[in-house]
Amino acid sequence: MSGETLSLERVRIVLAGRTLVDGLDLAIGPRECVTLMGPSGCGKSTLLAFVAGSIGSPFVAEGRVRVGDDDVTAWPPERRRIGILFQDDLLFPHLTVGGNLAFALHERVRGRRERRARIDAALAEADLAGFADRDPSTLSGGQRARVALMRTLLAEPRALLLDEPFNKLDAQLRDEVRRFVFDHALERAIPILLVTHDEADARAAGGPVLRFGSGGPLRG
Amino acid sequence: MVARLLAAIAALLCAIGPARAQDAAWADVLAKARGQTVHWNAWAGDEKTNAFIAWVGDEVAKRHGVKVVHVKLKDTAEAVTRVVAEKAAGRDSGGSVDLVWINGANFLALRQQKLLFGPYAERLPNWRYVDTAGKRSNLVDFTIPHEGYESPWRMAQVVFVYDGKRVGTPPSSVAALLAWAKAHPGRFTHPNVRNFLGSTFLKQALYELAPDPSVLQRPATDANFASTTAPMWAWYDALKPTLWRGGVQFPENGPAQRQLMNDGEIDMMVSFNPSEAAVSASAGLLPDSVRTFTFAKGTIGNTSFVAIPYNATAKEGAMVVADFLLAPATQARAQDIRQMGNFTVLDLAKLAPEDRRRFDELPRHPALPTNAELGTTLLEPHPSWMTRIATEWERRYTK
Amino acid sequence: MSAAPDRAAVAPVGRASARRLRPLAWAPTLTVATFALPIAAGLAGTIAPAFGYLPAIGGKGFTLDAWRELVAWPGFGSSLKLTLATGFTATILSALLAFGFCAWAAGRAWGPRAAAWLAPILATPHSAFAIGLAFVIAPSGWIVRALSPWLTGFDVPPDVATVGHPSGAALVLGLVVKEVPYLVLMTTAALAQVRSHEHLALARSFGYGAREAWIRAVLPQIWRQVRLPVLAVLAYSLSVVDVALILGPGNPPTLAVLAVRWLGDADVRMWFPAAAAATLVLVVVAASIVALLALERLIAAVGARIVARGRRKTALTPLIGGTAATVAALGVLACAAMAGMALWSVATQWRFPGAMPSGLTLDGWARRAGELAAPALNTVVVGAIATLVALVLSLACLEAEQRRPRAGPPPALSLLYLPLLVPQVAFLFGAQVLLVRGGADGTLAAVAWAHLIYVLPYLFLSLADPWRALDPRYARTAASLGASPLRVFVAVKLPILARPVAIACAVAFAVSAGLYLPTLFAGNGLVPTLTTEAVTLSAGADRRVIGAWALAQAAVPLVVYAAAVLLTARRSAA
Repeated sequence: MSGETLSLERVRIVLAGRTLVDGLDLAIGPRECVTLMGPSGCGKSTLLAFVAGSIGSPFVAEGRVRVGDDDVTAWPPERRRIGILFQDDLLFPHLTVGGNLAFALHERVRGRRERRARIDAALAEADLAGFADRDPSTLSGGQRARVALMRTLLAEPRALLLDEPFNKLDAQLRDEVRRFVFDHALERAIPILLVTHDEADARAAGGPVLRFGSGGPLRG
Repeated sequence: MVARLLAAIAALLCAIGPARAQDAAWADVLAKARGQTVHWNAWAGDEKTNAFIAWVGDEVAKRHGVKVVHVKLKDTAEAVTRVVAEKAAGRDSGGSVDLVWINGANFLALRQQKLLFGPYAERLPNWRYVDTAGKRSNLVDFTIPHEGYESPWRMAQVVFVYDGKRVGTPPSSVAALLAWAKAHPGRFTHPNVRNFLGSTFLKQALYELAPDPSVLQRPATDANFASTTAPMWAWYDALKPTLWRGGVQFPENGPAQRQLMNDGEIDMMVSFNPSEAAVSASAGLLPDSVRTFTFAKGTIGNTSFVAIPYNATAKEGAMVVADFLLAPATQARAQDIRQMGNFTVLDLAKLAPEDRRRFDELPRHPALPTNAELGTTLLEPHPSWMTRIATEWERRYTK
Repeated sequence: MSAAPDRAAVAPVGRASARRLRPLAWAPTLTVATFALPIAAGLAGTIAPAFGYLPAIGGKGFTLDAWRELVAWPGFGSSLKLTLATGFTATILSALLAFGFCAWAAGRAWGPRAAAWLAPILATPHSAFAIGLAFVIAPSGWIVRALSPWLTGFDVPPDVATVGHPSGAALVLGLVVKEVPYLVLMTTAALAQVRSHEHLALARSFGYGAREAWIRAVLPQIWRQVRLPVLAVLAYSLSVVDVALILGPGNPPTLAVLAVRWLGDADVRMWFPAAAAATLVLVVVAASIVALLALERLIAAVGARIVARGRRKTALTPLIGGTAATVAALGVLACAAMAGMALWSVATQWRFPGAMPSGLTLDGWARRAGELAAPALNTVVVGAIATLVALVLSLACLEAEQRRPRAGPPPALSLLYLPLLVPQVAFLFGAQVLLVRGGADGTLAAVAWAHLIYVLPYLFLSLADPWRALDPRYARTAASLGASPLRVFVAVKLPILARPVAIACAVAFAVSAGLYLPTLFAGNGLVPTLTTEAVTLSAGADRRVIGAWALAQAAVPLVVYAAAVLLTARRSAA
């Protein structure tokens, strides 16, 4: 896979007359991670929702989102294949660790044996070999975060959105998980968009940093 | 006429002696009744009857200070169950049922278990007007002499109602009915046989088809039931597939059946009230084109009664209501097709001329049969026939 | 309630008032006793006669005669089959449609609002709908009338069975129309307790459509909360009497109807097989609950394998669209049912094949106003008493629970679900004998008490979640300002929770207004309500009369519901 570019064109997001994002243009190449920094409530997460396709009322949004050659602006989220990692790992409590991974694993991988092999490989990659039949609630915070990333990657996303994914981890764990995420995500040759208010995240991402002003809206 | 008058005077003279005592006793009943509330348990599937009962309540409240509450039943058996349940619970006074509209098997059930108050019917002042000679069913309820444990209030006789627009010449016997039904499949039905009207329809057929109809006046036994009813079942086996819904479904009761006729689902139906067609047509419950007919060999007739349970709270009040029901003016109103339209239990010859005039002046209707058209009234068979027919019907046709 | 540092703040208040609040500690016990004892006694009073013991009518020993008689009854096999078929079909269909609808609504912004539209259907009694439906779907009913004769060519109605069809299809329809909204609302309530939006967004980012995502990622998470309502629907569908009387087949009817019919037989010996039939309904319900729980396991196992295959598009997607359309059709049917009754109540005459009445008049209402008054008053009084008592008991239980946070809800309180699962016929017969013994049958109090048994669980269930979810910091803040627990309750909790309290009361009132069998048995026919009168009349009276009654029956709980919503809406807006 040669890798595709995620581009935002003239994105404008308005909430109740207040402009959160105004005419943002952005292009993120494969293996590139752009960081959006800003205080909470400034509209970073809303922008991610717009890119993922899950934005709804009361927000008003315009502009275009492209992945590679596809204009995905009008596409429903499931067609865009843009992965997201939230603050919370959001592992499905009704499925085992393996079940969570199988849920996301691309349907192109067929046959029970083949799918199981891919899941086991992903678990081994996350240092969680043999965890497939465990209940997610028995895992530690770091383990859960790693499962969550592997799950997102198994869906073979064309781009990855990170919505303050390390925010809720304690300081010691944060470095370890951060490294794990960037190591594995950047390996995939996909564009990554990170929103955070933690400078350390931006440094670890190593890419360009855009800052939401505390006063006005984000501009490109 | 003169002879009749003389007879009446003689009867009056003879009655004067005991009548005094009776008057005093009745005055006592009236006094006790004042202020009582009578829970009249009565089948409530017919709005006209409900309205009549409400009117009776208003009148007795006005005249005698007796309040009537119509306890609306889906089936008279509910009231029987209630009285039996109270007996079971040891409530021998202060019962919840004061008066019940009853006859036949339900009466027999309460009477046999000695759960009725009485005899009281002959103690009612208006009893003297009751036709006890021409309408034997006023004394004999389904072959059981009621001995004063219930008081009559309206007559019933089997008739058939048809839509004159859709039916040419109506059948005049059960055999002709079968032929008509075969020619017009799906256009005739009868109420469920658990319902009195449904089983009465089968009894009516039995009267014509039984080898010896006189056995019907005696209790049905294992020995006589099969042989007596065999021709009727053969007839019914032929009829059933020609009925509405292929004889698989039946309307639950008379009003449900009438609704089918009003909806145009059937063209002919059985009724237990000779004026039902006229009453219902005037009330918009049946098309105006309905007419009434009976069978040439006569149809079953009976009397509706009111009885007072042994543990009734308002026995005197109940008696006052029962007596009011027998008053000539009440009976005339009951027979008025604009009101309820049920034939009277009274002997018009016993009435004073002004009371008789009330009946003469009642409105007429093309669907209302004359007495001559009604023909012969056949006596109800013993209640055991009805129960056995219902059980046998369930056994044969419930799958 | 688990945040440890806060306990210090609440402790002094708790201790200071411990002695004064003793009665509250008894609230759960009292609540459970209110219904558990009568249910137990009622069940005993039904099961004993099933085995031949009912001394009052000569049953003195243990025999199996009643069971023999029941089994030997010609329609027994069909009746049992009919009961199971209609009960399971109605339940499974209702659940599938409700979940399908929720899955469909999940992808739409206005989905939750669509669910809110279903609330009025919930407030309307089952029997009112059944009566209306009977007219809409009959061969001579509104649908055929609207299409005849121009399309169908019928000038007389076709001779086909719909209402009362031996298969019980009409009964299933009547149940589904009411149970789908119930399950949709229960599901919607459960959704608020899990992070359904985020899980949905996540699953969609994996490439699953909203509907597939909801079924795979959200439904299994809320199933635990929705299971009880589904089981309640199953128990209800297997044992319902009024709807089965109106829409179900009569020959043979379902077991519950058979039991009631035999109980009403003039021949008291029929009580024994009636008790056996009622006991059998209990057994059937219990066995069916076990079967449904087994089915749940099976579906969970199969479902996990299907989910693991990771297919993004399955047959579910179009199927869910179909269920949403079906739910919409059911909504239209429900509206038509009530509109039909409304039209009948003002019709001068309405003959087949007229699509509309030939004339309209308010005479009928004027004439029947007097008749309607007393049952309407009974409905309101009984409903109000039952609702108020249930409210006091529920609030007392919830307060007791919050003031002793460590203890949590007492396990006995789970018995609260019992009335939702135990079939009415199985214990009302026994309960009636108790009432007659105590000389309390036929009184307003007896009816209100019988209603309380059913009103209490619904009120408690709808109130418990919002009450427990209230941020405990409000109460702590108030307490730290020196407010007594009573003042906290009256001045803080009640005003904040006014809307859920009002809606829970409206739901409870609607439950009461719709009760048929408990009213009939406890009231001994002396306390007619709009529902008992409407069901009695539904057996065949003039449709213009039935229309008025069904409409009145539906209107009373709807007015109460609307009042609850509107009054508290203005309050929160102000």
